[in-house]
Amino acid sequence: MTTIDKEATLQSNRSGTGTRATRILGIATIISMLWLVAFGLGFSPADRDQEEAVRLMYVHVPTIWIAYLTFVVTAVASGIYLFGRSKSLGWDRLAGASAEIGTVFVALTLVVGALWGRLTWGVFWQWDARLTTTALLFVTYVGYLAVRRLGGSHQQRARRSAVIGLLAVLLIPLVHWSVRLWRSLHQEATVLDSDGDIDMDGLMLFSLFVGVVAFTLFYIWLLLHRTRVMALEDLMEDRGLDQALSERRNEAASMNAAVPNSEEI
Amino acid sequence: MSTWRIARLVAVKDLRIEAHSRVLINQVLPFAGVTMVIFAFALDADSVLERVAPGLVWLATMFSLLVLVQRSFAVETDDGALDAMRVAGLDPKAIYLGKAAALSVELLILEVVLLLTAVILYRQTIPLDGVVLLVLTLLTATCGLAAVGTLYGGLASGFKGRETLLPLLTLPAVAPVLIGATRAVESALGTAGAVVSDGWPWVGLLAVFAVAFGVGGSLAFGPLIDE
Repeated sequence: MTTIDKEATLQSNRSGTGTRATRILGIATIISMLWLVAFGLGFSPADRDQEEAVRLMYVHVPTIWIAYLTFVVTAVASGIYLFGRSKSLGWDRLAGASAEIGTVFVALTLVVGALWGRLTWGVFWQWDARLTTTALLFVTYVGYLAVRRLGGSHQQRARRSAVIGLLAVLLIPLVHWSVRLWRSLHQEATVLDSDGDIDMDGLMLFSLFVGVVAFTLFYIWLLLHRTRVMALEDLMEDRGLDQALSERRNEAASMNAAVPNSEEI
Repeated sequence: MSTWRIARLVAVKDLRIEAHSRVLINQVLPFAGVTMVIFAFALDADSVLERVAPGLVWLATMFSLLVLVQRSFAVETDDGALDAMRVAGLDPKAIYLGKAAALSVELLILEVVLLLTAVILYRQTIPLDGVVLLVLTLLTATCGLAAVGTLYGGLASGFKGRETLLPLLTLPAVAPVLIGATRAVESALGTAGAVVSDGWPWVGLLAVFAVAFGVGGSLAFGPLIDE
């Protein structure tokens, strides 16, 4: 896209980063969230052991699943940027936007998990393998986001963060393995356990499914808007630089005009 | 020149600078020593200190690692030496491996001193049958720490806010080393009834970590500093 094209897009989108597609997606997200509220708080039954607290699951589980998805997207986009030929900043912005959303979702998982832990285990936090891994995952991506803000040109930012994005993928299995060896209280995965059978009440499972759909739509909607905002931010920075350059050039030109024969003197 | 030869030159250069400036002896070791003393203030009970001594040794090592890494790259960035090496056409892989090797040597000295401090201050004993495990743990953990430290040190060097960015990136990344090395040293020293055979899986973890970050780091270092 040329600068003029970008500016034209900027002009035409004065109202924001929304398009027809994102508006439809946004409405679908709101509807599915309302469904989630209806099923999560209303139609689904209370658990035999955990009673009403089980309803936290409909936020806790989808947010962490989507967080993993976002980090996969970040890693893949980082890889495409680093090893692909085009070096398109679009991949970099996709990686960055996805990691930002993922970090927020992990934070949400941790907060909801801590509340759920308080209700069912009696404590906010346990030094259990999965909790610890998730906390480290959170800090790792906070670090990734800090690296994105180091400054420099857009291409420098892109290359640096792509490398860190890929290193994080190397780190996560190592952290997981070490923490697993260290200790393992969190209930085992119920839906995706190794025997492939699903042991859960039908309506609960359906509510969880609604949660996953709602949060996936929400993720895609956020991702589209965030990448567009990032593109606009990059454009603004480029423009600021262009503007400063042309101002300096004009200054130099006007000084030359004031001293017309400076070279002869 | 081969990568290994350049790496050796870079490592020798770093160690020579260190030998002249004596920052490790005059500043980092005293800092680590003070850390060990203030741990005792925080955990005011002999039995607690004896129980957690291996962990405290590694915590003091991690904090000192941050200081050492910053020092290692301050030497390069102050006079634009890193850029000069790049302009001279040195393979970034070789620079990375050389700097990591020099850092490993400094870390090993530090760890031995900290272990001796633990023996004296925290009443640890080093049983003979745990020596092999102890030495292997020190070597593998050091390689892992140096690999991570050099990589993120290189990334953060030359930026404003590097003092804060380096710990943010490094500490989560070396968490597996902290866990693994602490458990392995507990086994080697027999802390709280741990047995030597329990330590070996941890050495395996430390070795995998060191290799993964050593390879990943030497591949990633070029793109990170090539700006």
